[in-house]
Amino acid sequence: MAQLELFSQTLISGFLLGGLYALIGLGMALIMGVMRIINLAHGDIMMVAMYIAYWLYVLLGIDPYISVFIAAPALFVFGLGAQKYLLTPVMKVDSILPHNQVILTVGMAMVLSNLATVFFTGNYRSVPVSYASSAWYLTDIWKGSPIELSLSLPWTLSFVIAVVITIALWIFLGKTDMGKSIRATAQDLDAARLMGVNVDRMRMVTFGLGCALVACAGCLFIPIYYLYPSLGKQFTNIGFVITVIGGMGSTNGAVIGGLILGIFESMTATYIGMGWAPVGRFAIFVLALVFLPGGIVSIFRWKKARR
Amino acid sequence: MKKFMPIVVFAVLLAVPLFGLNSYIMHILILVLLWSVIGMAWNILGGYAGQVSFGHAAFFGFGAYTAGILYQHLGISAWWGLPASILVLTALSLVVGYICLRLRGAYFALATLALGEICRVSAENLVDFTRGNLGILIQERTWVEKTWYFYIILLIAAGAYLIIKVFMESKPGFYFIAIREDQDAAESLGINTTLYKTIALCLSGILTGIAGAFYMNYMGYIDPETVFHLYNISIVTVMVVMVGGAATYWGPVIGAVIMVFLAEIIRSLPHIGAAHQTIFGVILILIIMFLPNGIVGDYRKIPGLLGIKRLKKKAQP
Repeated sequence: MAQLELFSQTLISGFLLGGLYALIGLGMALIMGVMRIINLAHGDIMMVAMYIAYWLYVLLGIDPYISVFIAAPALFVFGLGAQKYLLTPVMKVDSILPHNQVILTVGMAMVLSNLATVFFTGNYRSVPVSYASSAWYLTDIWKGSPIELSLSLPWTLSFVIAVVITIALWIFLGKTDMGKSIRATAQDLDAARLMGVNVDRMRMVTFGLGCALVACAGCLFIPIYYLYPSLGKQFTNIGFVITVIGGMGSTNGAVIGGLILGIFESMTATYIGMGWAPVGRFAIFVLALVFLPGGIVSIFRWKKARR
Repeated sequence: MKKFMPIVVFAVLLAVPLFGLNSYIMHILILVLLWSVIGMAWNILGGYAGQVSFGHAAFFGFGAYTAGILYQHLGISAWWGLPASILVLTALSLVVGYICLRLRGAYFALATLALGEICRVSAENLVDFTRGNLGILIQERTWVEKTWYFYIILLIAAGAYLIIKVFMESKPGFYFIAIREDQDAAESLGINTTLYKTIALCLSGILTGIAGAFYMNYMGYIDPETVFHLYNISIVTVMVVMVGGAATYWGPVIGAVIMVFLAEIIRSLPHIGAAHQTIFGVILILIIMFLPNGIVGDYRKIPGLLGIKRLKKKAQP
């Protein structure tokens, strides 16, 4: 029984973690889908959002969950600027190496993480919210439950908000004009341009949106995680592992990929060892590249095609 | 004159230790040569064959750990790591090539980036084998003087230069460039792209690994955080080539000179020292935007960028 308890506890915390990972993956998948580049500054943009949330809490006492509404627009604007003044000009530059934009995002990542170290020192910080250690138990709801599960309150709250944001994004992409234009740009650049979509503007909006999404993820991570300047690298890795598992540039795939990665990491951490969780992450990354290069979405597409 | 340039440079460098320079300057020169080797190695894969790698720290660290583990576990001189790393790195490159080379463009870059991180985390966690974060320390240095280290890395650099020169002026070299320019077209012309990309990767990996093994012997201490570092090794490697000029013979050398001196100057400044990665990042961004082919590749553009208009252009209508 204790085994089962441990297993389901691991599974559920992995699921909650996966929900947050999905948000990171979504931003990256959007950018990858529309611009065909990998944003290697993704995690560092999240780090910036986390520092915004941290300082808002420490200086003004604003709750991290409310600072979502401040950090996300701020980084949306940052994303627009980065796309307009850095990435778009580079697209037109003629060079031998083909992946200039990707290398440019690496430069952005270096600047952001180093500036954070210079201004905020390398210390580990965390937001001492009052509800940080509160939890709810399965026996509170279901008295006769054979196993006992406990879930931390901020984890659950962050997960729920992440789900709400994901649904909002899904509606935005599916129902609004701009969302449809973004999807059209991702599907076929030239056709979208011929249909009168302002491709450059869509690129800007997409990059901004990707940054805003990862900023939300940063604010949701703040109550449950600690903060240090070089944490961006780790979350960039998580982001691209998710997009590869889910399928390049697919938003639905990113959600599934995020959940899979969250559960997998939580399992490795419990059953193999905490330090090996990153290895597990890269192991499924390599396995996905070798055996399922199209990602999870390719399975669905394949089934659809057979029907 | 241009033909004899490499020989002249080599002869001058051979004579350098005779001037009796102090050990700090010798250290800088050794670092410049070390980074030139790594840059030239990256250039084979990234510059000529067009497969941009963000994970050369994996090859570098594998070379360094090959030397370190030979010393640590077998008790033999770490210099055996230089020949041993050829074998180890060939094996590693074949495995990496099998997994990563089926990917194209940015996805290959991602896979190599993950590779570097896998190596770092593994080295941190395999405590019995690599001593984890404690790192490996060579108790007795071979030489106190830097002269012999300088000659060894000079020979490695000259060897790397010769290998690249011979390779790039023979058939495989042209195949590499064909693959970079258009992989599908190269394939349709009957070039076995997978084979030649694997050859480029092996060559690049082996040279980087030898540089890593030399680093172990020269520095005497390694740990996963230094030799597998993403920014300090992998990205600096890319920068060395980007600054100097991708797909040129002298680009990596000039890039190494600039990057090593720049790093030393920035780190020695009192307040700005902590921000050296910011400065590197800004330089990287500026290079990509204005000199995408590096100093050697785009040297004609430099006067224009500095605001010096050339008279020739004005004369033409």
